[in-house]
Amino acid sequence: MSTNSRKKLLLMGRSGSGKSSMRSIIFSNYSAFDTRRLGATIDVEHSNLRFLNNMTLNLWDCGGQDVFIENFLNTSSQNPNSNNNIFKKCEVLLHVFDVESKEVNKDIEIFQRVLKNLHQFSPNVKVFILLHKMDLIQVNKRDELFKIMFDNLQKIANPFHFKLTGFATSIWDESLYKAWSSIICSLIPNISFYQQNLSKINDILNAREIILFEKTTFLVISSTDRKLITNNDELDPKRFEKISNIIKTYKQSVNKIRTNFETIILNGMNTSIYLAELTNNIFIMIVMDNQRNDDDSTAIEDENLILEDIKIARSLFEKVENV
Amino acid sequence: MEGHLIPDPTNENATILLMGLRRSGKSSICKVVFHKLQPLDTLYLESTSKPTTENFRSLINLSVIELPGQLNFFEPTYDHEKLFKSIGALVYIIDSQDEYLNALTNLSMIISYIYKVNPKINVEVLIHKIDGLSEDFRLDTQRDIMQRVGDELLDLGLEGLQVSFYLTSIFDHSIYEAFSRIIQKLIYELPALENLLDLLVQYNKFEKLFLFDVNSKIYVATDSSPVDIQTYEACAEFIDVTIDLDGLYGDVKDSDESKGNPTKCISRLQNGSVLYLHQMIRGLALVGLVRLDNTDQFSMEFKNALSLIDFNVNVFKKSLEDMWKNSRL
Ligand SMILES: Nc1nc2c(ncn2[C@@H]2O[C@H](COP(=O)(O)OP(=O)(O)OP(=O)(O)O)[C@@H](O)[C@H]2O)c(=O)[nH]1
Ligand SMILES: Nc1nc2c(ncn2[C@@H]2O[C@H](COP(=O)(O)OP(=O)(O)OP(=O)(O)O)[C@@H](O)[C@H]2O)c(=O)[nH]1
Ligand SMILES: [Mg+2]
Ligand SMILES: [Mg+2]
Repeated sequence: MSTNSRKKLLLMGRSGSGKSSMRSIIFSNYSAFDTRRLGATIDVEHSNLRFLNNMTLNLWDCGGQDVFIENFLNTSSQNPNSNNNIFKKCEVLLHVFDVESKEVNKDIEIFQRVLKNLHQFSPNVKVFILLHKMDLIQVNKRDELFKIMFDNLQKIANPFHFKLTGFATSIWDESLYKAWSSIICSLIPNISFYQQNLSKINDILNAREIILFEKTTFLVISSTDRKLITNNDELDPKRFEKISNIIKTYKQSVNKIRTNFETIILNGMNTSIYLAELTNNIFIMIVMDNQRNDDDSTAIEDENLILEDIKIARSLFEKVENV
Repeated sequence: MEGHLIPDPTNENATILLMGLRRSGKSSICKVVFHKLQPLDTLYLESTSKPTTENFRSLINLSVIELPGQLNFFEPTYDHEKLFKSIGALVYIIDSQDEYLNALTNLSMIISYIYKVNPKINVEVLIHKIDGLSEDFRLDTQRDIMQRVGDELLDLGLEGLQVSFYLTSIFDHSIYEAFSRIIQKLIYELPALENLLDLLVQYNKFEKLFLFDVNSKIYVATDSSPVDIQTYEACAEFIDVTIDLDGLYGDVKDSDESKGNPTKCISRLQNGSVLYLHQMIRGLALVGLVRLDNTDQFSMEFKNALSLIDFNVNVFKKSLEDMWKNSRL
């Protein structure tokens, strides 16, 4: 295995569907409000993002105006071996659909042509679709709309043997984080190691929950297995993406006083939450149930223990990252 | 809450009266500050047709009354004298994006009337909707309005009346800043509170400390160092971080501040400061920035420094409880 694996991710979809907006929110700390000032993307905007220790995410944000899309498709058919053929060596296709689009047929036609090219040049690509700008749809119509559109798109993909993963997203809530977290996790080769080590740590800590986040994006990359912990059933199923959203917003907030945060320690109503850097690339969040006692001294002792345990966990995970 | 115009005489709430021409922004301000309505959603608010009263429980109990712009308040059906006598602050809202001469005429009419029945009242003028004005134009507008109101007060022979001016918009923190200052003037215990906060700052190397009303993000008191809007924002938003994270794992239903341990949250920042939050009484939280330089967050030194702060803050909380027990029984 190469020490630094580059993963190419194609971000495609019609102009105005929201591709550059989501990229800026997830990777550049934009707020949803800030995306209004983005201009249309010309040709392709590349960005390289270091991810965990040994991964580089090579993001191709492809301009969605018809001229550019036709150009990508033509190059691919006329000059398949040229370096300008964007469909070569892709790991992930992320295709974005504006749910309020007035040209659904054209959207689908382009999706189909993109899949055809990927089938030829990157047959193992993982295909994600986002049905985006869901905030513009009435709340009670969203599920149904998603199902209809998703089934429709899966039918389009069937002849090319792609199995789609789909999400309903909006930049105005946390749904975007859930989608991107799942995309990122699909690219991490040793994801099961993270899981195993988390369980080991939790054997010691006996936490209500432990979650790992990638440091720059604050996307969730791993968490303690929910099935093992029965009393987590009643917890908010959207909490992971909500935490990503809360922490990203907090980051923007402390950026305004020209700094960044290192830790958060919250002694709340029923739980205590510890958020700290675990390795150079990962943040860990530990959620402990509060022992109901009025004795302050034991509380402090617990806190020290947890901070010690984070130190131990750190060495474990640094090993995982360097595999 | 559709209300009674005449405040209940047994009601000891501090009362703020919002006035201003139609569509100047009275209802919007109320909704945004006290009900967390998104500023953009105020576009769809309907013009208010009847006086409305809302009550809030914070450090002090507060009543906010909106007198709608469409009401001719010199109509004989309303007993203004009784109303004006009982209020602590008149907040007059001027739409700075509109022709404001009519508003100024209206304001001086109200002032000359109110002065007769309640000369101790605080008159607070909000030069509102400044988000639509360029930076230069804001100051010109403020200068012009202050000048005209000043002249008018001279003509009326009311130089003694306290009139303050604020530039505000619901699209940024300026409206919270203005309301913080307006409400602070109604808190009798403010000087004592400020003293206590100054002591805390002095003993613990706080850069800034606010006593926040958690729900509205208004600060009911702060230490005597100047307020920097970025620091205010960071502290106000830290409350959201705390509440939102806690809400994901805590059962919000039994959020009784008298039970269990108070919510505390600290966040260490890269520049060596720490954001510090500690839940107080009556829906308040103490939030501040404190410098804890050159200490590793895992070190004993860091923990000791924090324990000392916690200790002092608990003393502060105790004083707050005592102060309120004595003054409000
Ligand atoms: N309502 C709503 N608007 C969105 C959402 N995501 C993006 N937008 C808006 O859509 C507009 C266009 O977004 P872009 O990200 O520039 O679109 P794009 O897909 O990069 O367009 P091209 O670069 O031309 O391909 C921006 O004004 C965004 O604010 C969403 O989830 N909901
Ligand atoms: N640009 C801008 N618009 C504002 C601001 N505050 C309020 N508005 C707008 O002003 C309009 C009128 O606001 P209201 O709050 O209904 O005005 P009102 O003073 O309660 O009016 P009446 O009830 O008729 O007396 C709404 O469309 C608001 O969106 C502000 O700070 N900036
Ligand atoms: Mg773009
Ligand atoms: Mg109104």
